[in-house]
Amino acid sequence: MMGTTRLLELLGRAFVGLMLAFLYLPIFIMALMSFNASPFYQLPMDWTTSWYEALARNSGLIDATWNSLRIAVLTTVIATILGTAASLALRRYVFPGKRLLRALLFPPIAIPWLITGTAMLIFFFGVGIGRGLHAIVLGHVALALPYVIVVVSARLETFAPEYEEAARSLGATQWQVTTRVTLPWIAPGVVAGALFAFAVSFDQFVVSYFLSTPGEATLPVEIYAAIRKGFTPEINAVSTIIMTVSMGSMLLAARFFRFGGEK
Amino acid sequence: MPQTDVSQRASTGPRSQWRPALPLLLPAYLWLTVAIFLPLSAMAFFSFMTELPLSGKPWAFTLANYAAFFEKSFYAVLLRDSLRLALEVTLWCALLGFPCAYVLAKILKGRSREAIFLLVILPFWSNGLVRVFSWAIALRGNGLLDRTLNAILPFQVNVDLMFSYPAIVIGLVHSYLPYMVLTCYLTLQAIDDSLIEAARSLGASRFTVLRRLIIPLSLPGLVAGSVLIFVPVVGSFMEPRILGGRAGTFYGTVIEDQFVAVFNWPLGAALSFILLAVVLIILGAASPILKRAA
Repeated sequence: MMGTTRLLELLGRAFVGLMLAFLYLPIFIMALMSFNASPFYQLPMDWTTSWYEALARNSGLIDATWNSLRIAVLTTVIATILGTAASLALRRYVFPGKRLLRALLFPPIAIPWLITGTAMLIFFFGVGIGRGLHAIVLGHVALALPYVIVVVSARLETFAPEYEEAARSLGATQWQVTTRVTLPWIAPGVVAGALFAFAVSFDQFVVSYFLSTPGEATLPVEIYAAIRKGFTPEINAVSTIIMTVSMGSMLLAARFFRFGGEK
Repeated sequence: MPQTDVSQRASTGPRSQWRPALPLLLPAYLWLTVAIFLPLSAMAFFSFMTELPLSGKPWAFTLANYAAFFEKSFYAVLLRDSLRLALEVTLWCALLGFPCAYVLAKILKGRSREAIFLLVILPFWSNGLVRVFSWAIALRGNGLLDRTLNAILPFQVNVDLMFSYPAIVIGLVHSYLPYMVLTCYLTLQAIDDSLIEAARSLGASRFTVLRRLIIPLSLPGLVAGSVLIFVPVVGSFMEPRILGGRAGTFYGTVIEDQFVAVFNWPLGAALSFILLAVVLIILGAASPILKRAA
């Protein structure tokens, strides 16, 4: 009896191990091949860093990286501010139509990006907004907003309105109540929402793809174009860097939240 | 009067609180309107046109774009292929993700659970396009995977899967698996261990506990995960393009072509709207189960 349980547990652990191998194997192979001198990934390995040097000279990919970072930062700032404001209103006030406003947050999350992206392309083109970096920011903020509102609202659920009342009865103005009482309490939620917004924007490919123009593209769009032209080892190198940076920063964030949560 | 009492404000009726809420709500919802709701309406409108009105060419209202879908079996067949692909990917994710979530929620404890959970979720936070591209490298014939397997296994295998249907399935499962692990983990963790112990001590076999207790209780997680995977996979185009080559023509890639290659936007809009209808039907079918859980 005990033996069967132990055996099943062991099998379960082995299964999870295999699954982790499946998740990480291609990433390791890609990282390995970015150091392989052969552009056709010939084995045995002939170690080199020349693809990274080539990357440093590839102005197209570097420009696209800056575009991606700028767009992600701008999207994060706008979506976090607008989203937090909307969450506060949805929590603090009682008014008709609130359920509808909450329900309206789900279409942007649930509708595939292919549909949203092509719809944005048609509409922006039609009303004269056109394509380019400004159109991409417009789209990214809209994609990130529902995530920010959902995450911040979840944190606001834990906030007792009595705190606001107490502050008001002690003579605090609405502005003081918000900045000194409410915002400090929901700060972890706002930070989490901002991280979501950044990730949604920085990883976004589909919507950026339809809204970009040849000169004004983000990194994923450039990578897609390069892959479709044919494999280039420089794409290996840039992909390896993206993987390392995004996974590394996520690990840092996880540590931060763990310690933040325990305090 | 900033110091009004909350109960006093509530007693004046809900209508009055629109005024303070509006400036906080307006920027966010205006943005969503301009970038999501108006574009979707515009697409619905364009899908009934012969030409884009902006192109300067004469245009008229027509049903031809939708008729194209129903007249030529080409599009319907592609949609069916895409639905089958999505179903297969979802099933694989459930088969792999549910046991993994179970081990995480019920067998692993403490730090090892935390560490492995993080490892499962971590790839999810990196760029999806890059992850698909990494499979393109791994699946090449005579590549590292091919050589490693042939070195380990006693017989010769050929894993030149690149540009094939299995390659697309592998890439998509890899992309969406963390969703299933996450949603199943959340519902599995909520199951009280003493329930399982009680069932076992009353003589239920492991299989009965799984079938009668664990799966029904974790059904909302399975359904939520399935919806989160199925919906984007039906409209996927980047993964089939990169991993499928010629085998990678699906409904999503045809829509992409209408917008970036063929420039038949009205047809693309109609095809997108048919896809949206399919998605809404799926969401509608799943919502009773999800609502029951919430």
